[in-house]
Amino acid sequence: MLELKAVSRHFGGVRAVDGLDLTVNEGEIVGLIGPNGSGKSTTVNLIAGLFPLTAGEIVFRKQPLRDVPVHGRLKLGIARTFQSIRLFGQLSVWQNLWVAQNSPEDRSRRGFFARWLGGQTQVREEIAQLLEFSALGHKQNELAANLSFGEQRRLELARALAARPKLLLLDEPAAGMNAEEIGQLRQRIVDLRAKGITVVLIEHVMELVMGVTDRIAVLNFGQKIAEGTPAQVQSDPAVKKAYLGGS
Amino acid sequence: MDFYFGLAQTVGIHTLLGLSAYIVLLTGQVSLAQAAFFAIGAYAAGMLTVLAGWHVVPALGAGSLLGAVTACAVGFPALRVKGLMLVVATLAFGEGVRLFFFNFDYQVAKGGIRVGPLGGEGFRQIRFFPEHGWTTAEVMLFIWVFVIGVMALLWWLDRSRYGAVLRSVGEDEVAAQSVGINLTAVKVSAMTVGGAIAGVGGGLYAHYTTHIEHANFNVLLATFAIAYPIVGGLRTVFGTLAAVIFVQAFLVEGLRFLGDWRNLLFGALIILAMNLRPHGLFGRHGA
Repeated sequence: MLELKAVSRHFGGVRAVDGLDLTVNEGEIVGLIGPNGSGKSTTVNLIAGLFPLTAGEIVFRKQPLRDVPVHGRLKLGIARTFQSIRLFGQLSVWQNLWVAQNSPEDRSRRGFFARWLGGQTQVREEIAQLLEFSALGHKQNELAANLSFGEQRRLELARALAARPKLLLLDEPAAGMNAEEIGQLRQRIVDLRAKGITVVLIEHVMELVMGVTDRIAVLNFGQKIAEGTPAQVQSDPAVKKAYLGGS
Repeated sequence: MDFYFGLAQTVGIHTLLGLSAYIVLLTGQVSLAQAAFFAIGAYAAGMLTVLAGWHVVPALGAGSLLGAVTACAVGFPALRVKGLMLVVATLAFGEGVRLFFFNFDYQVAKGGIRVGPLGGEGFRQIRFFPEHGWTTAEVMLFIWVFVIGVMALLWWLDRSRYGAVLRSVGEDEVAAQSVGINLTAVKVSAMTVGGAIAGVGGGLYAHYTTHIEHANFNVLLATFAIAYPIVGGLRTVFGTLAAVIFVQAFLVEGLRFLGDWRNLLFGALIILAMNLRPHGLFGRHGA
């Protein structure tokens, strides 16, 4: 589904991502782990199109992404969340989901004017489903800025899902969550796979990564130092040395 | 009574100017080109009634359309830059338009006199209203039909998905792009709607003053255009109206008895208002 071929991104002399090869198959949950500054978020930003590639190529469903703008990648089916939450704080929870309905299906089945200027009745049901999935139904008229941290994380995930993505990039979705919230997040990620969504998960919470992913790639200094199942990665000496610790 | 009708005309026209900047500001862009679109609407509508003999309503429509087309054309290159660079780019465009009208001569003989724009001397004899016997009250009502129409349109747009998208772009461009919003399309469309509103406002201005010249459309007017929605707050269109009433009715006219001291107090009161209501007169409470 997604192929990164010798992808590099350099910022001046800093090689944030350096010759990275990675393949994500349809229906997989792939973890991307590594120490801070290892290039995980940069990799997500490259896939999402926020940074241009210094070298290499990214192909999504056989289509090279080099010339596809950020908003165009969402239409192809790539959605994301951010490491630092980036909601539209002065819009309501409902509006945050409303503005994110930009999938090709949304564009094709509604007329231009109905889509942009009206059509609330048409979208209400879909947004209600997203609110139910993220347990935010009771907060739908609340400004996003007024939500608790955990609620904001859930809203950001729901907003990414509003575009019916094929591939979802989750950038540290458990950051700042308590154990109970992480458990709920884990269940939501499993539910996403059941819905046919492929997930790339960047996370420092090892309990979550090891418990939910099919395969993990480990980055260090912008390069992939290991790849395999959670069990293989956990026992890899290079990974232990660079990231996980222990002997 | 005519004084109050005249004041209501001024408030109405400045409200249109402020609303033209309001929709652009929703996307987080600060444009100093609104006075230029206002000027284009003023000259276009004036020329159509004076030189072509059109009725004022289609002339206003044409002025509005020309304002929109110009804003759309300016929007594409100008919105590639952000922040202060956009302010400078739109300021340069505004000054360019003003200087164009400073050098613009297009006069024809009509009824024994020459009429039409005459460069630095301006464009006199835009006399559709007096020639058709409209009273000051009727002109005021005519202007307010447009003001209320535009306010209703923007109020409705604000509640549509389009309005939410404008505000999402204004809040966080990166997040907006990431949820599939085409920034260029959204910003240019906001600029275009703003240009249309400024164009109709300019057309009304030209007909109620009967005489326009390049100096009417200087950077001070452009500054007023963005000051109204900022002072009023971007929460609703009513904030812009409140700011225009505050500035034009209270500060400009209400303090006239203070003479030269008025200008000093003018700035101080705006600063005071912004300190007391940092998110605008109609802005949200708190941080």
